[in-house]
Amino acid sequence: MSQPIEKVSIIVSRGSLDGIYPGLIMANGARMEGIDATLFFTFFGLYAVINKKMDNIKIATVGNPAMCVPDAMGFGLPTWMGAIPGMSRYATSKMKKEMEKLDIPPVREFVEMIHDAGCKLYGCKATVDMFHLTKKDFCPQVDDIISVGQFYEMSAGAQIIFT
Amino acid sequence: METKSLGRDADGHLANRNDWNEKVAEDLAIEEGIEKLTDRHWIVINFMRKEFAEKGDAPSIRKLTKESGVDTKELYALYPKGPAKKSAKIAGLPKPKGCI
Repeated sequence: MSQPIEKVSIIVSRGSLDGIYPGLIMANGARMEGIDATLFFTFFGLYAVINKKMDNIKIATVGNPAMCVPDAMGFGLPTWMGAIPGMSRYATSKMKKEMEKLDIPPVREFVEMIHDAGCKLYGCKATVDMFHLTKKDFCPQVDDIISVGQFYEMSAGAQIIFT
Repeated sequence: METKSLGRDADGHLANRNDWNEKVAEDLAIEEGIEKLTDRHWIVINFMRKEFAEKGDAPSIRKLTKESGVDTKELYALYPKGPAKKSAKIAGLPKPKGCI
C-alpha cells in the first residue's frame, strides 16, 4: 500500500473567491482527515486573511471565459459582459448562496475554523513588505509573517500544494 | 471484544447500524485510540446519530462546531485524528460524505 499523506503545506496565491476557497477547503479537509496542515498566503492570496479585505472576496467576471449563466452548465457569458458594473457582485452573491447550502462558511468564519482545527496560518513576508502591510492588518488567526525560507523549513516532510 | 465479529464497510465502519449500542461504541473508540469516552465525547456521538437519523448523512464539521455544543478546538482535542470521521465511526455511522 502506498504511504498515506501525513502533512500538507498549501499556498494560496490568488485573491478572488475561486482563488481562495480551494486552499481553505483543502486545508480544512486535511485536518478533518487527521493530516497536519499549514496555509501560506502570498500575493493577493493574502486578502483571505487581511481584516479589511476578507469579508469582501469576489469572483472575477472580467477575463473569466469560463463564466456561464445562470449556472455552470448554462450559456457562456460573453467576456465583455463581465465588465458590466455589478456583474462581479451578482455572481459572487449567487455563488455564496450555493456555498451556504453546502455548509461552506464565509471566509472569516472558515479561517477561524481552520485555525481552531490546528492548522497554522502564515503570511508571505515579501508580499507584506511589497504591499506595505504590518501584522496589525491581519486577522488574529495569522500565526506569523514568514520568509520563503522559513516556509520551506516548516514544510519539512510535507506535500506542498500551490493554488 | 465482540465488536470484532461485526460486519464492516470498506472504511472499517459498522456495516449495519442496528449492531450499534453503547458498549460497541466504547470498543470502537478503543480501536481509534480513545481509551475512555467522556460525557463530552458522548455529546458529539449523540449529535451525530441524531443528525444522521434526520438527514441520512453525518453533519459537516461546520454544523458540528455550530450546533453540537462542542467547539472546533475541543472537537479536535476529543478526536485528534479527525472529529467528523472518528465520531461517525464510533457512533456506528458510515464515513461522512461531505467535503466540509
